[in-house]
Amino acid sequence: MKLDTHSDWRPATSLEVLKRRARMLARIRGFFARRNVLEVETPILSPTAATDPHLQSFATRYTGPGKPDGCMFYLQTSPEFPMKRLLASGSGSIYQICKAFRNGEAGRLHNPEFTLLEWYRVGFDHHRLMDETAELVTEVLEGQFRLGPVEKLSYREAFLRYCGLDPHTAGTDEFAACARERGIRVDGLSRGTLDSWRDLLLTHVIQPQLGKGRLTFLYDYPASQAALARVRPGNPPVAERFELYLEGAELANGFHELDNAGEQHRRFERDLARRKHIGLPGVPPDGSLLAALEHGLPACAGVALGVDRLVMLATGGASLAEAMAFPIDRA
Amino acid sequence: MATYNTNEFKAGLKVMLDGDPCTIIENQFVKPGKGQAFNRVKIRNLRTGRVIERTFKSGDSMEAADVIDTEMQYLYNDGEFWHFMQPETYEQVAADKNAVAETAKWLKEQDICVVTLWNGVPLTVEPPQIVTLKVTETDPGVRGDTSGGGGKPATLETGAVVRVPLFVQTGETIKVNTRTGEYISRA
Repeated sequence: MKLDTHSDWRPATSLEVLKRRARMLARIRGFFARRNVLEVETPILSPTAATDPHLQSFATRYTGPGKPDGCMFYLQTSPEFPMKRLLASGSGSIYQICKAFRNGEAGRLHNPEFTLLEWYRVGFDHHRLMDETAELVTEVLEGQFRLGPVEKLSYREAFLRYCGLDPHTAGTDEFAACARERGIRVDGLSRGTLDSWRDLLLTHVIQPQLGKGRLTFLYDYPASQAALARVRPGNPPVAERFELYLEGAELANGFHELDNAGEQHRRFERDLARRKHIGLPGVPPDGSLLAALEHGLPACAGVALGVDRLVMLATGGASLAEAMAFPIDRA
Repeated sequence: MATYNTNEFKAGLKVMLDGDPCTIIENQFVKPGKGQAFNRVKIRNLRTGRVIERTFKSGDSMEAADVIDTEMQYLYNDGEFWHFMQPETYEQVAADKNAVAETAKWLKEQDICVVTLWNGVPLTVEPPQIVTLKVTETDPGVRGDTSGGGGKPATLETGAVVRVPLFVQTGETIKVNTRTGEYISRA
């Protein structure tokens, strides 16, 4: 057997950073213990996968007792669905620290395998959960990062402030003109969806301005970007979803959780149709989640927070690789 | 036509953009929490030298540029073109003023240069890092001064002007670093 002995076997970061990472994880667990939020673990392997066209799951094959011919298992992109099954079964508020996996994502702020903190609060809406998220992050960063007062901006306010347009009513031409004025030249979006244009301006223009020395929340997203959030009727209807930013990096994404099985089913079908339309492989949607929603999900809000990004910001790293022992190129 | 997918993007990759050959300087993957992923790329246009930023939807492709770096021997200048030869194949190419640009002042016959070819035509020419050239003109300076401080301008056989120590005289050969334009030593 020939082994590659040239690869760098050492960790990508210092022992000091790893110790601080461990202390931050202990603080997270302490925060939830004091609030009586139960720590849980759910499977990383699932026979079903996320349908979101922007999430690509790793797939692997299980062969063994019970499955002589083998069957596909997917590595979770987040623990959301099994955690909602726990909530529907009466668990009360729960949290989990686990590994999540997303194929095709690697860069300064992305590693295909990363650590998520995900928690659900029964009886909370997205505003109350934003407040708790700010309390958690402030406590975990205490003594490591000075934070100014928390800022909350609706998705619309952020676009008005930094792009000078209303993201709910603007058309492709307006988005394109805004990008052009700011010197952003983009290929391949001429036939892009409105959401692609929103994503372009959010990542290129708005995001770098968010969370400078403080926590900035964006909330109430376009209904087309609801993902797993409730949509609040109105003009326009908005998704009760939020994201948290610190120093231009997205740290967390949360929802006032959709609890309607019929609507969830329609979103699965819409996702799968979209995947087919853009040439992505189909995936089996989670029937157990639908059954749990049929049974009844308690009104709740949930949020997922990128632990590696939080460690990176706390320790002054320039990239995610500096916050983890073995990023993908040393795995 | 060869193409590169965004997953192949990395510094040094040669691509076509708006009809010009370019090299990727920096590639950044950006993705909102839930939504469209992009590659933000810094690119140098190899014809104009200009650096621009461009964003691509992740998964899209760019056309590959048929650009190669090759070591060639400088032969002569015919007044309009600078001629180079591949030492193994004796194949010759002619580089115009745009391609040679600032490098002209370091080109000495028979020196080995790196010629960047695009579809077989010279795009840029890089001189050897160290060249040995004869001083054709410099003030006599003060004999016996070996301190190296101060210095004086000297014109070299290729037309380049560099600062040399006072002891260097017309007719001597010296070594020069072409990247910095600085005198290294007597040859």
